Amino acid sequence: MSNIVGIEYNRVTNTSSNDFPGFSKDLDGAWDVEKFKNTFDVKISSLNDREANFDLIHIDTSIANAFRRIMVSEVPSVAVEYVYFFNNTSVIQDEVLAHRIGLVPLKVDPDMLSWIDTSLPEEEKFTDENTIVLTLNVKCTKNPDAPKDATDPEILYRSSSVYARDLKFEPQGKQVETFAKCPVVAADPNILLAKLRPGQEISLRAHCILGVGNDHAKFSPVCTASYRLMPHINITQPITGEDAKKFAKCFSEGVIGIDSNGQAVVKDARHDTVSREVLRHEEFNGKVKLGRVRDHFIFNVESSGAMTPEEIFFKSVRILKNKAEYLKNCPIS
Amino acid sequence: MAKVATDFEFKHHEEDATFGELLKPVYRGKKLTDEINTAEDKWNLLPAFLKVKGLVKQHLDSFNYFVDTDLKKIIKANQLVLSDVDPEFYLKYVDIRVGHRSTSSTKDYIVPPHECRLRDMTYSAPIYVDIEYTRGRNIIMHRDVEIGRMPIMLRSNKCILNNADEKVMAKLNECPLDPGGYFIVNGTEKVILVQEQLSKNRIIVEADEKKAIVQASVTSSTHERKSKTYVITKNDRIYLKHNSIAEEVPIVIALKACGVVSDLEIMQLVCGNDSSYQDIFAVNFEEAARSKIYTQQQALEYIGSKVKTVRRQKLSILQEGIEAIATTVIAHLTVEALDFREKAMYVALMTRRVVMAMFDPKMVDDRDYVGNKRLELAGQLMSLLFEDLFKKFNNDFKANIDKVLKKPNRAMEYDALLSINVHSNNISSGLNRAISTGNWSLKRFKMERAGVTHVLSRLSYISALGMMTRISSQFEKSRKVSGPRALQPSQFGMLCTSDTPEGEACGLVKNLALMTHITTDDEEEPIKKLCYLLGVEDITVIDSYSLHLNYAVYLNGTIIGTIRFPTKFVTLFRHLRRTGKVSEFISIYTNSHQKAVHIATDGGRICRPLIVVTGGKSLVEAHHLKKLLEGELQFDDFLKLGLVEYLDVNEENDSFIALYEKDIDVNITHLEIEPFTVLGAVAGLIPYPHHNQSPRNTYQCAMGKQAIGAIAYNQFKRIDTLLYLMIYPQQPMVKTKTIELIDYDKLPAGQNATVAVMSYSGYDIEDALVLNKSSIDRGFGRCETRKKTTTILKRYPNHTQDIIGGMRVDENGEPIWQHKSLGPDGLGEVGMKVESGQIYINKSVPTNASDSVLTQTNAQYRETPVVYRAPEPSHIDQVMMSVSENDQALIKVLLRQNRRPELGDKFSSRHGQKGVCGIIVKQEDMPFNDDGVVPDIIMNPHGFPSRMTVGKMIELISGKAGVLNGTLEYGTCFGGSKLEEMSQILVDKGFNYSGKDMLYSGITGECLEAYIFFGPIYYQKLKHMVLDKMHARARGPRAVLTRQPTEGRSRDGGLRLGEMERDCVIAYGASQLLLERLMISSDAFEVDVCNKCGLMGYSGWCTSCKSAENIIKMTIPYAAKLLFQELLSMNIAPRLRLDDVFEQ
Repeated sequence: MSNIVGIEYNRVTNTSSNDFPGFSKDLDGAWDVEKFKNTFDVKISSLNDREANFDLIHIDTSIANAFRRIMVSEVPSVAVEYVYFFNNTSVIQDEVLAHRIGLVPLKVDPDMLSWIDTSLPEEEKFTDENTIVLTLNVKCTKNPDAPKDATDPEILYRSSSVYARDLKFEPQGKQVETFAKCPVVAADPNILLAKLRPGQEISLRAHCILGVGNDHAKFSPVCTASYRLMPHINITQPITGEDAKKFAKCFSEGVIGIDSNGQAVVKDARHDTVSREVLRHEEFNGKVKLGRVRDHFIFNVESSGAMTPEEIFFKSVRILKNKAEYLKNCPIS
Repeated sequence: MAKVATDFEFKHHEEDATFGELLKPVYRGKKLTDEINTAEDKWNLLPAFLKVKGLVKQHLDSFNYFVDTDLKKIIKANQLVLSDVDPEFYLKYVDIRVGHRSTSSTKDYIVPPHECRLRDMTYSAPIYVDIEYTRGRNIIMHRDVEIGRMPIMLRSNKCILNNADEKVMAKLNECPLDPGGYFIVNGTEKVILVQEQLSKNRIIVEADEKKAIVQASVTSSTHERKSKTYVITKNDRIYLKHNSIAEEVPIVIALKACGVVSDLEIMQLVCGNDSSYQDIFAVNFEEAARSKIYTQQQALEYIGSKVKTVRRQKLSILQEGIEAIATTVIAHLTVEALDFREKAMYVALMTRRVVMAMFDPKMVDDRDYVGNKRLELAGQLMSLLFEDLFKKFNNDFKANIDKVLKKPNRAMEYDALLSINVHSNNISSGLNRAISTGNWSLKRFKMERAGVTHVLSRLSYISALGMMTRISSQFEKSRKVSGPRALQPSQFGMLCTSDTPEGEACGLVKNLALMTHITTDDEEEPIKKLCYLLGVEDITVIDSYSLHLNYAVYLNGTIIGTIRFPTKFVTLFRHLRRTGKVSEFISIYTNSHQKAVHIATDGGRICRPLIVVTGGKSLVEAHHLKKLLEGELQFDDFLKLGLVEYLDVNEENDSFIALYEKDIDVNITHLEIEPFTVLGAVAGLIPYPHHNQSPRNTYQCAMGKQAIGAIAYNQFKRIDTLLYLMIYPQQPMVKTKTIELIDYDKLPAGQNATVAVMSYSGYDIEDALVLNKSSIDRGFGRCETRKKTTTILKRYPNHTQDIIGGMRVDENGEPIWQHKSLGPDGLGEVGMKVESGQIYINKSVPTNASDSVLTQTNAQYRETPVVYRAPEPSHIDQVMMSVSENDQALIKVLLRQNRRPELGDKFSSRHGQKGVCGIIVKQEDMPFNDDGVVPDIIMNPHGFPSRMTVGKMIELISGKAGVLNGTLEYGTCFGGSKLEEMSQILVDKGFNYSGKDMLYSGITGECLEAYIFFGPIYYQKLKHMVLDKMHARARGPRAVLTRQPTEGRSRDGGLRLGEMERDCVIAYGASQLLLERLMISSDAFEVDVCNKCGLMGYSGWCTSCKSAENIIKMTIPYAAKLLFQELLSMNIAPRLRLDDVFEQ
């Protein structure tokens, strides 16, 4: 059976995998480690500390999707959870400011913290092992040096805007040593938190703890982690001349090339967005078949800044492995 | 025209597009060097119009007219106060002013509006009059006597916000986008709604075909009285009918009474020389002849004998007749020196209209025609009220003066000024009371109108704006006639075609369209003179014979003459108007069926500006628009140059108006400025409304007012009873030109949600929506409620007063739980959380407030704290302490609640598609596209086929194109971004032409088998939230009288098992359930019944039998016991006969 998902004019066909036992008489379909080892392939196309793009080839949809889901919602990360206000005379309300601070991605290795015990009373809950304390103390004042004709509040006043970089890390207990090399900062320093005017003041203390995206989106370590299937273009009848140019225009740039005979050829299907534009044109009717390779996943993992994307991916693999192991060890009675 | 400006050029994003910006040399990417295309750019007249007129200009104009002009007229009409006792005495009002004295050039200080709102005061200014009166022999002038205070309409010319720039507004804590046009009375914002009514002093001809009745009626309205005169047919004979005349008067007699004695002249006046009219009318002479009435005196006596009067001194029958004709019949025509000629003409013309309608049933008028309606605005209503109050004031004043002057020997010469101030409160309190209650009671018209004013709804910016353009009809809601409710073709461009409520007020409550103006009264006299100069023959000199030979000229419904060449006259008149010699709001039109030219100068007509077209060419040309863009020309200049003119409904009906420039031919007289102005401000929010089924647009108009968003720039400074605010409102991706014009993009109410139109989870049936949990986590649909509590610390006559206690502490010095959010001053502290049961104002009242004990030392107090009761805690946002107008301490506490969307919260798109949240799904379970984009909302596709909201689909495609392109797109009615262009952008950016994407299931990871319509749609969160509605009870409070559970959520009531539910249980046969629901869980009560006498006793003792022998305990509903006792009290003895159900 074909492993190409059919992209037709108004429907998608052959979406489910069929390599499982009992699907057909001829094929065994049973999963085989050796076979998997031989066929499975990982290709990395780009990688930096914020974004990774890589292919997982010949892997079942369920596994690929599990990685995606775990990256989004189960890989732990650190975010502000409790905000204690001492003073807030700005126009922004306490709850809203707390919400905004909570959503700021922090550059903390989640492995340096342990989980919080929610059953403990408030006073004992937070220790130097599970909590990071950030403080924010800003007061807006008039800028005496501002030129008379200035209208821009950034010039007229001092600290009229509060940014994520104003959150100051206060190491507690042994954190002085453990975090000496990597003090906690916001991953993106220029996130606007609040605006102030002279006389207004914000003074607060925030407790950051470990959490998962399942609980709140702020704990998700990725901006998004997702995949798409490898596009597949099959030109069944030769397309030449003007038609070939028009044909090439129906795809993203660089996907279709024209060879020396003036015939359209698939140059780079990977970059296609599969807009199905080609299917709208009468003249290409029956000349091309669009599809996507069902077991070729092009992953795109965008980190929110705490960890590198590969770290996030490996963590997701580890979590999946742990889950499988847990299931395996479950006494099934 | 060289280059067609495409819509693309309008799309450059600009952050701040104020009106100034709109009129800047470079507007929305349109540079001065760019070619001006009149077809595309003439819409720029609209922002120019709104800059000078604004959306609530009708209210402001009307109020300004009242304060500046009408007040002076009222003073003049009621100028003199005379004494019955002293004929020498007089007091004369010379002048009247509001807000400033004549002696100083500066305006008086008035408490700014926002302070009035906060301190529950009335935003008002003093009314000063200049008077002249006699003191003994001397005549004394006195200036600047304050006779009361006038509530001031915000942003009117007496308001301190008039012409204030943004900086001043900010300083006064006002929102620069607030339209004004309302009053602040006792701290609440009140709007006087525009009232629609049938026009006054105009003849309306109607026919009842079933009863074969034709009638012409006219409602005369003067400063003194209102009355209605009819000319009516009865058995093919014509009569004059008036409420104060007991019987219908044959028309010939009525005309004879008016001095037209000759039958020939009557015939000439009514029928002219048209034989078919003469045939119809001839029968009427019989009756007069039979009654032997030939002379005017006989006719007057005939009428005089039928007059119903309540007069002090008896008049002779003849005098009664003269009085009736002179003052009561057609009262708006004034009779001078007993010359009834004009009145005779008027009655004759009314008769003629009746005859015409009898001859040709088509010659009747349409009551529902917008040209026959007049709108009554705040200024007119205020002036009616003020005149009434002023008359009452003068009457009281006169009574006072008489009282003093009656006393024979006065030591000093009496100064009338001393008694003027005594009653000065009457006018202020009368005005205040009327505006704050909405009850307009006018003694002289015996008018009692309720519900004239409404509290300005501040639910959203749009709801406030919508209220200012609202028009309420005087028509009864209960009557089952469809006419007044139906959409009238003549309301095109004047009244919004979509914005009307559903249900009982449907079609009766209307809204003004975007580019309308409501006229104020204009002087009649100069126009009359002008008409005579233009060749109109004066009616007073026309002989009866030639009256109907030429066209008649009517001024405000009254004939003033005839004209030989009406077309030339009308053209000339219009020319004068276009050149600015005559006020631009005076309308003139020809009615060829009636052979008449009508000129209207009265107030309350709706009109709108149109581009003048002559000789098949629009007068507005490219260079004019260029100058407009450059700021050289203003809208008023266009009027002055005669390029644009105002047409009222009647004149509009007499014109040929081209919708687009391409439709112009030689016959065309006018050109529309912009077709989307058929809609009002609220309907203007809808993108692509011309693609929607029309009721959907109407639904959106109702829902747009419930959307939570930003209300005003001063929203955090306001302390309103209840305010809903959205935390992160966004301007819509798909805007309309209206949105920019009304500044909805600066005070939006909604967010651009990425929507996937697909079915998901089954929790999306019946319009329910699926929401993405992560989107909510990140702030989608978050809102805030702010609730106010007001307390007044009262002072009592015995010098005790309410106090605020401190907080109570426990043995550790910590405040007790109830007082946790209190500060040491006994008031909640800003920022503290208040939970249900906690106290946030710790007030105490003296136990003894009535005794006249002057010792305050050992006053006893009883605690009456304000306790917070709600399912969810709140935070204290603001605490205000102030002093109200009557010097009592006023405390307002504002409680705030932050809410994230939850199951059951209501959302709606801008296309009348509302739905509640059915399920909240985690992000990883949501479908995603190639880029990893996950929808915020999943909407069920079943919402589309029956609703036919195609506009919503186009909004999605335009929005998606805008997102990909980095532009804001337009969905303006009859225009906007073109679908083909939008689809092309999608294709260029690598998306499918149709807006449908291939998605992957978030649950299985596989591709979905169908392509999903996917993109941004602007969603509004509506004020209906589960948190405010959820209610359940197991046990709880009971009503005192019946001991049954209380009713309603606010009283923590029970859920009633009603009659129909009871029927079900009976039918099912579940008798024990019935017993439990109806008695045991409700008001079960154990009574002692005496089985001998059947009455109820107590404590095992029957009081009537004086024995305990036959007492049986049984349980009955308390309500039943109550009924028995109540029957007993009425001398009916219900006796219970008890038997065992199960025989032993």
